[in-house]
Amino acid sequence: MNGAGIVLGIETSCDETGVGIVRISSGGIPELLANEIASSVEEHARFGGVVPEVASRAHLQAMVPAVHRALATAGLTGRDIDAVAVTAGPGLAGALLVGVAAAKAYAAAWDVPLYGVNHLAAHVAVDTVQHGPLPPALALLVSGGHSSLLAVPDLAGPVTPLGATIDDAAGEAFDKIARLLGLPFPGGPHVDRAAREGNPAAVRFPRGLTGPRDAPFDFSFSGLKTAVARHVEALAREGTPVPVADVAASFQEAVVDVLTAKTVRAAREFGMDTVLLGGGVAANSRLRALAQERCDAAGLTLRVPRPVLCTDNGAMVAALGAHLLRADATPSALDLPADSSLPVTEVLV
Amino acid sequence: MLVLALDTATPAVTAGVVRLTPEGPPTALGTRVVHDARKHGELLMPGVLAACAEAGVTLRDLEAVVVGAGPGPFTGLRVGMVTAAALGDALGIPVHGVCSLDAIAAEVVVEARLDGNLLVTTDARRREVYWAAYEAEGRRLTGPTVERPEALAERVPGLGLVAAAGALVEQFGLPVRGPEAPTPRGLVAVAADLLLAGKEPGLLEPLYLRRPDAVPPGERKRVST
Ligand SMILES: [Zn+2]
Repeated sequence: MNGAGIVLGIETSCDETGVGIVRISSGGIPELLANEIASSVEEHARFGGVVPEVASRAHLQAMVPAVHRALATAGLTGRDIDAVAVTAGPGLAGALLVGVAAAKAYAAAWDVPLYGVNHLAAHVAVDTVQHGPLPPALALLVSGGHSSLLAVPDLAGPVTPLGATIDDAAGEAFDKIARLLGLPFPGGPHVDRAAREGNPAAVRFPRGLTGPRDAPFDFSFSGLKTAVARHVEALAREGTPVPVADVAASFQEAVVDVLTAKTVRAAREFGMDTVLLGGGVAANSRLRALAQERCDAAGLTLRVPRPVLCTDNGAMVAALGAHLLRADATPSALDLPADSSLPVTEVLV
Repeated sequence: MLVLALDTATPAVTAGVVRLTPEGPPTALGTRVVHDARKHGELLMPGVLAACAEAGVTLRDLEAVVVGAGPGPFTGLRVGMVTAAALGDALGIPVHGVCSLDAIAAEVVVEARLDGNLLVTTDARRREVYWAAYEAEGRRLTGPTVERPEALAERVPGLGLVAAAGALVEQFGLPVRGPEAPTPRGLVAVAADLLLAGKEPGLLEPLYLRRPDAVPPGERKRVST
């Protein structure tokens, strides 16, 4: 193996069945050939959150058709695939299992190596298909399932976790506030849209874990969520209509203020010149804008993949698999387990 | 023809390579069965390769896949289903889903004809059983159903049963005649006519028999008092 090759990546850690295909050159330049996503999000909407069993059932139905579409989009057949990568964790146990079992079967049938990879590291790796090789970077990953600050010296090597949420994930907070304000699930895009019409300084909501003795790189959104709920309930008691746009904007400002402040501080402290955003919440327009502003002020380079690459997808798994293939990493065994709480330090299982 | 048979609808993680001919009953050439209700995902694919090695064949020699479509506990069941679907897709061979209880019944009647009806049950957890009843030749009379054993016990006298097979089946007071879990030979026997006729498989869908546990949220709880 000269390090070049085509990798098919499978992602089923939550409610998106993603299949992506990435070709990597011997020079280490990845190229995105396909990124097929089947989402079961609409089936979860009436439950106000992702229902694991509903997601797992949808993955089983969507898996093989998604592989077909990805190969067709890339103009390839199974014979062209040089390796299969799959999210081994973290994520919903039953959902992960569908993708891992499918990946094993494809890898065995095509007689190619299998890479069971870490979902969080894949969120970082996907940026390379848009912006090229990644220098050592400080990554902020925020979604409905995770809120993590990671130091990533090298994509194919170990990742150092610097901080994470101690209660709700950032995206979860958006979902809960959306429900409180009568906005649909998933909350992120709806809160973002409502906030554009509102005043972010209308209410000064608390910034979690920003005291001098708090963990500098951990996050907490549970207190903020309670503060917003109290505010809305107080208005309701007075019979005052809730100014949805102002509350959404003020809530969103409290979230992105903390996220960006801690990210820039971590980049400085750990000597990283590049900051990378990933995860579904990285599609938030205010997070992107404030991160850009603060990175510019601090002399840091900000990289944010386009929204379809930020939310969970198969291309990110294929991208990480491609870097592992090029680094000649040892493939995973066919008894690879799906690990719902896989630590981020394990990039390849 | 060479058929790969898989089943993960019970705690047995089953893989086998079976030879099917028009002349006689299917014969297993290589079989791997491991019992671990929590490790279907880890054990199945290595089991498939071990069964192939024992049969002296490679995956590329296979001409069809038969998979037990349940009923069975969902998480394990899906491992077999998606493995079968992906293998069939990658190898370009048909995948037939069969009722896992039918496969247990088929294994019993391949061994010996019965002089009455057969009850097959497996463990549905939550103090329930999956069950179906079969005629002497193996044709399904009723089921598959998921139910509490006490409710099934009340039906037993009216089903004309002479034997039972599967798991948790001793409690119904019938002579136990068959395996606890589907066998490769039984799985292939259920689909034998379709396989030999070269017929297109039907839609590959799991027999869940239960809805997902999920309820839409009620009124939000107030945080202020
Ligand atoms: Zn994610």
